[in-house]
Amino acid sequence: MTEPTTLEHAARYTWGGDEFLFVEIDEAMSLRANFTSNAMAAHLAADGVAGVIDICPANASLLVRFDPDILPHRELEKRVRRIEREVEGVAHPTLATRVVEVPVWYDDPYTGATGARFRKGHQRPEGNDLDFAAEENNLASAGEFIERHHSSPWLVSMVGFVAGLPFMFQLVPEHEQLEVPKYLSPRTDTPALSVGHGGCFACIYSVRGAGGYQMFGIAAAPIFDPARRLPDFSDFMVFFKPGDIVKFKPIDESEYLRIQAEVDEGSFTYRQASVVFDLELALKDPAAHNRQILEALNGV
Amino acid sequence: MAFDILESGLATTVQDTGRPGYYSVGIPQSGSMDQLSAEIANACVGNTVNEAVLECTYIGPVLRTTAPAVVAVTGAPVDVFVNGEPREQWSRLELAADDVMSFGIIKGGTRYYLAVAGGIDVPVVLGSRSTYVLGVIGGFEGRTLKAGDLVPVGTAVETDGLSAVLSGLRPKYLKQLDVRVLVGLYDHRLTDVGLETLLTATWKLTSVADRMGLRYSGPEVEWKPREQPFGAGSDPSNIVDAGYAVGSIQIPGGKEPIVLHRDAVSGGGYAMVATVISADMDLLARSSPGTATRFRAVTMDEALAARSELAAVRAAIWS
Repeated sequence: MTEPTTLEHAARYTWGGDEFLFVEIDEAMSLRANFTSNAMAAHLAADGVAGVIDICPANASLLVRFDPDILPHRELEKRVRRIEREVEGVAHPTLATRVVEVPVWYDDPYTGATGARFRKGHQRPEGNDLDFAAEENNLASAGEFIERHHSSPWLVSMVGFVAGLPFMFQLVPEHEQLEVPKYLSPRTDTPALSVGHGGCFACIYSVRGAGGYQMFGIAAAPIFDPARRLPDFSDFMVFFKPGDIVKFKPIDESEYLRIQAEVDEGSFTYRQASVVFDLELALKDPAAHNRQILEALNGV
Repeated sequence: MAFDILESGLATTVQDTGRPGYYSVGIPQSGSMDQLSAEIANACVGNTVNEAVLECTYIGPVLRTTAPAVVAVTGAPVDVFVNGEPREQWSRLELAADDVMSFGIIKGGTRYYLAVAGGIDVPVVLGSRSTYVLGVIGGFEGRTLKAGDLVPVGTAVETDGLSAVLSGLRPKYLKQLDVRVLVGLYDHRLTDVGLETLLTATWKLTSVADRMGLRYSGPEVEWKPREQPFGAGSDPSNIVDAGYAVGSIQIPGGKEPIVLHRDAVSGGGYAMVATVISADMDLLARSSPGTATRFRAVTMDEALAARSELAAVRAAIWS
C-alpha cells in the first residue's frame, strides 16, 4: 500500500471534559493509524491501571474514560504517552487475531425494501444502493461491485456507534478501496444485520435503527445476542472485537434460510480460524498477506 | 412485592447508577439521567445509592402495589397521588397493598424518579439493572414499561432513610441555564468566530432531546474550510469516525449543536468541540425544551473543583 513507513507526526492529546482523554493518532484513516490505536488500547488494558473505566480504540484515534478521583488526568496522559512511545518502538508489529467468515445475502429483499422506502432524497433515486455504489466506483454493474466487496478481507477497525456494530476497513491498497458516500439524510430505519457502507468503511448494523450507510445485503446470522443463546456468544453478547478480520461469503436465499434455521435451533457457529496479522507485510504485499490469512479458513 | 403497571407513562424505564466498562463495544453507560435526584429518592426510602429506580419522562405510570411498600418521588416537580389523594414529593411515603399511585402533569423539567425500599429487582445485566432500549438489554425485558407488566421489587433492608429532603438539596428547574464546558477535542477546527459563537450565544433546547442526546437551536457556527483527510466525510464538520465522549458537543454542518448524554452512541463521524463537565450533566437531564442555555467555558481545574463540590453535596445526603 502507498503508506509511509511511520506516521508523520506524534499523536494529538486532548480532553473530553474531566472524564475522557482523546488521542488522535492521525487525521486520516490508514491501516497504520488503526494498528497503533489498537496496540495502544491493548497495552493500556494490560497495564490494568486503577481508575481507567473504558478503553475505546477507534479507526484512527483512541478514547479513554477515567475516574479523575482515582487517576489524576496528568498521570493518565503520562502513561498513555509512554505507551505511545513503546508502540512506536516496535520494529515488526503483529497482532494475534482471527479471521471470520460472514455469510451475506447480497441484493436481498429486506434491505432492498428499506432502501426503496427512503429513495426520495437519495443521491440516485432510480435503482438501488448497489447500483449507486457500482457507479460511484466506476464498475460496470452491481454484480461487479458485490464481487469486489467479498473477494478481499476487511479489518474490524472499530466497534461501536451502537452495541456491537463493527466498522471494517478493506485490506487492499488505498486506490482499490471501495468508497461510497453516505446517505444525504440518514434513514430512520435500517434492518438489523444490514451490511452497510459509508466513505471507505463497511459495517454490519447489529440492531435495527437509524443509519446513514448505503445498504448492500443482509448478514444471515446474529452479531449481537443479548440472550447469549448461540455458542459463539457463550462468553459475551457482542461477537466482534477490533482487530478481527472478516471475509464476506456471498450466499443465496436457500443458504440464507438454511442458516436462519440453524440460528433458530441454536446450533449456528461462525467459521473462523486464528491468524497473525503482520502490518508490514500487509502494507508491502497485501495480496500475499490476504492469501495467507484466507488460507487459514481452509479445512475449518 | 411488585408494581403492577396499569398505565405505562410516556417512557418509563428502570435505571440505576449505570453500566460502565462496555463503551468500547458500543454499549453506553446508561443509568438515571438525573443521578442526583435518583440518589436522593433512594436515600429517602433507606436504600443505598445502587438500588434501581423507575425513571419517568413527562408522563408517569399508573401502578398498583401488590404488598405494602415504602416509596419516594424526586426530580422534576409533579403532583403525586396515592388512591387519588395528593402526597408529598421528596418525601418517604408508606403504601399499603393494592394502593394505586399516579402522577399529575409535570410542572417543569423532564424526568422524575420513583424509588422503592428494596429497589426494582430486575436481573443484573453486565453489572447493572439499567435499561438500554436500543440494545434491548437490562431493565424490564430491555424496554420501556408497558401496561400489564409486573415489575418486581427487592426485599427492603430495615432502615429509616431520610424522612424528607432539605429544600437546599432539591435541584432547581429554571428556564435559563448555564452549563459549564471544557473546550477541546476538535475545537481547533472551528474558526475563532465559530468558537466564540458557541460559547456566547444563547441556545434553545429543541424537542429533539432524549436519553441519547439533546439538540439545541441557535445561530450557525462556522467551521474552517479545508481539504478533508482520507476516510473523513466531505463536510468540514466531519472526521474519520472516532469515539464520542459522553457530554461532548458536536455541530453537524455548523447547525444545531447536539450534546450526548448517558445512552450516547459511542462513536461517529462528527467533530466534537467541547464537553459538558461531569458536575453539570444532571443539569442537562433536568432541562425541558425551550430552556435557554449558555455553554460557559471553564478550565480543567475548575471542572475538577465543581466535581468535588458535587461529591460533597452527595455525601451530605447520606450523612
